[in-house]
Amino acid sequence: MLVLWIVLAVVVATLVVGLVVAVPRRTRARRGAESPSTPTATIERPRAAPPPAKAVSPEAAAPEVAAPEREPVPEAEAPAAPAPELRERMGKTRGLISGYVRSLRSRSSVDEEAWDDLEEALLRADVGVATTTALLGDLRARVHNGELRGADAVVAALREDLRRSLDTTSGTGLALDGERTSVWLFVGVNGVGKTTTIGKVARREAAAGRSVLLAAGDTFRAAAAEQLEQWAQRTGVEIVRGAEGGDPSAVVFDAVQRAEARGNDLVLADTAGRLHTKVNLVEELKKIRRVADRPPGRVTEVLLVLDATTGQNGLTQARQFLEAVGVTGVVLTKLDGSAKGGIVIAIQRELGLPVKLVGLGEGPDDLVPFDPDEFVDALFE
Amino acid sequence: MFDALSDRLEGIFGRLRSRGRLSDADVDEALREIRTALLEADVDVSVARSLVSGIRARLVGEDLSKSLSPGQQVVKAVHEQLIEVLGGETLRLTYAPAPPTVVLLAGLQGSGKTTTSAKLARWFRQQGRNPLLVGADLQRPAAVEQLRILGEQAGVPVFSEPTDPVAVAEGGLREARRLGRDVLIVDTAGRLAIDEALMDEVRRVSGAVSPRYTFLVVDAMTGQDAVATARAFHDALELDGVILTKLDGDARGGAALSVKEVVGRPIAFASTGERLADFDLFHPDRMASRILGMGDVLTLIEQAEREFDHDIATEGAARLLEGRFTLEDFLSQLQQVKKLGSLGGLLSLMPGVPKELKNNAAIDDEQVAQVEAIIRSMTPRERGEPGVIDGSRRSRIARGSGTTTQEVNQLLRQFKEAQQLMRSPGMLGGMLGGGGRGKLAQALAERMGDGTDPASGLEALGSGGLGGGALGGGALDSVLGGPRPSTGVGAPGARAGARGRPGSKKKKGGRVTPKGEGGRSGR
Repeated sequence: MLVLWIVLAVVVATLVVGLVVAVPRRTRARRGAESPSTPTATIERPRAAPPPAKAVSPEAAAPEVAAPEREPVPEAEAPAAPAPELRERMGKTRGLISGYVRSLRSRSSVDEEAWDDLEEALLRADVGVATTTALLGDLRARVHNGELRGADAVVAALREDLRRSLDTTSGTGLALDGERTSVWLFVGVNGVGKTTTIGKVARREAAAGRSVLLAAGDTFRAAAAEQLEQWAQRTGVEIVRGAEGGDPSAVVFDAVQRAEARGNDLVLADTAGRLHTKVNLVEELKKIRRVADRPPGRVTEVLLVLDATTGQNGLTQARQFLEAVGVTGVVLTKLDGSAKGGIVIAIQRELGLPVKLVGLGEGPDDLVPFDPDEFVDALFE
Repeated sequence: MFDALSDRLEGIFGRLRSRGRLSDADVDEALREIRTALLEADVDVSVARSLVSGIRARLVGEDLSKSLSPGQQVVKAVHEQLIEVLGGETLRLTYAPAPPTVVLLAGLQGSGKTTTSAKLARWFRQQGRNPLLVGADLQRPAAVEQLRILGEQAGVPVFSEPTDPVAVAEGGLREARRLGRDVLIVDTAGRLAIDEALMDEVRRVSGAVSPRYTFLVVDAMTGQDAVATARAFHDALELDGVILTKLDGDARGGAALSVKEVVGRPIAFASTGERLADFDLFHPDRMASRILGMGDVLTLIEQAEREFDHDIATEGAARLLEGRFTLEDFLSQLQQVKKLGSLGGLLSLMPGVPKELKNNAAIDDEQVAQVEAIIRSMTPRERGEPGVIDGSRRSRIARGSGTTTQEVNQLLRQFKEAQQLMRSPGMLGGMLGGGGRGKLAQALAERMGDGTDPASGLEALGSGGLGGGALGGGALDSVLGGPRPSTGVGAPGARAGARGRPGSKKKKGGRVTPKGEGGRSGR
């Protein structure tokens, strides 16, 4: 039966689009400047209510306005700065849950208002409705049957539950293959910090004495390879690039070949940001992984880079990328901001995906291994 | 055709009919469901709370007992409330008395400012303006380079210099005046709202150029942090509007609601893809549907229109109407449809589809892949004339596609059945016309609106004068006839997911129509 519906759906889509496309849309001329008499309620600036500016006649060809100078690239810096402590860097507004906790403790018993406050605190940390409900439901039951008495016990139990949810027995180390060239693939949606993270990882691995090669696998976005190239220079590692608009799989393939030939231990492969909803782009990513995983290379880590400001969609992203390319761990970035990144709790609980690394800034040393204790403590301090 | 929230509410209000009126407990339960839906959509906790209070007040007044579907009525009320919060009118820009009109973009790292700057530049050009882009992000490696490339694509010059953001902004302003550019768009570096030094810097950049418009660029997938960030930027810069990006994903986008409530300025633009053309004014009604998890038919149609190769689409539709739609056609149309993401969205538009099938992406993709594999294992002749497929061919096809002969049979049978269904007067008419009540019909009407006659659409497809053609007069009549409703709001149904990358527009031989809309240029 499903097949039938699939066929019908395609047919309907065909017809609808065909109809719509065949009729030239009557273009309504988009209005730019309005006459002063037309109310522009939403954005009229109070200080200016003048007649519209005269249209400037278009230039024949606007000259390049500034000599294209490359911004000076810092030379490869010696890794000097110590890695920042998670707790210190985790945003200055971290007192979120602690505020609620304090008010909770000031109460003699755990009443409805207290539960509401706890719920709100968790929700505000992007823990999500389902996970919050599960966590608090469990605590409520334990209060009800007398296992937990009083506010302090409840809070302590919540901390413990959160910590346990995030605990990963596999550790936060990143895997390397003993024989073949290891490839760590960095994936994720647009703007999360993949390229910057690679720069940081390159710094870290180079400092640990490993020979690293970068693969500029983002062949789509303007100047993406240039961006990664600057990181290569900054961290003193080599980079393999391809033609802009070229096949990303080819770049990764070339990188693996070169790593094999030169004896590099590790290839860090950047990929273009892509929304998990785009089927063809996900297919492209699958291909990149397949190509990278062929001898002489082996994909030992597929790291999903996730922005800490992401809400519930983070879980969807994790699920889809996991299914598509077998994510092995999460890198949670921008945790130095005000966002809590609570979505990683659901990601671990529902998908079993651990957070391995945390990004805390835009500099090459702003990367720390994930520590569940610190993460939870930072929420509660 | 209910979505999850509507379903849940239907469950609650189902009891209403037997009791005749809503109890307080019923109302509370309904409101909890609504709150959950909003929170799952990333709406700020406080904003969700105040919204629900507003809805409670509305519900108290409503008489739901007479309603045939009280759940739907409630959802409608919620929907309207959201539109109110999100909207008002769409933004109408005005320009500075003395050029250039300065526009400043600010926001967190990775929100999409640089791409948005270029999109804005292109948009202003379309308005007949002459913008200049200023690359004031000197922090991120190759950010200026990125802007230069995008500027070139948009046909807009880019100014920058390796000094400091304030100096660059000032320099850009001078340059705009020198060149007689009437709009100046300043891209700035991403910064944390809690970074005092950087917030101070952007304040100084703003001070240096006195923007007429300052837009906060916000990623549609932002969670609870949206409010804190928006507030901080608003305090520092006094925002004039918000630009929402990455709406081509499936994030519900509750951040839009939160930011609007907190900042009180309009959401000016919506960015729906990586191409410069994926940029438009913001539509509050569509956003409201999306937040409630209802998807948006209109956007889906528009995206389909953008993503589909027009020649292939019109040819496919023509062949369909002429009764010449083969498995080959199906295969090529399927490739197009795949660009929209999962078929779940489309399925939910169609009447009579069993609930389990709608929006269930997992079932979709597997089955679709299987169907595709089977067809690909056929020879072109077999696709054109399935009648020649005998036992041995069937086995071959099954082997080649990794399926069984039963599955091959099933496909062939169901394709034939589908063809027949398409010919029956009720089906097609019901879906597309249906007296204008169907979601698809409404959206189609709105899209083609302004008095456009669908008959001309069919004529343009080369099927005018079909009369009692393969489809049967009935179907055609019901598609053409029937009163068209006045513009409808984006209705429940689809999850919009569209391709961000242009493939090459492949043309099949033998065009059916002259190219009406023109090819899409893009990156």
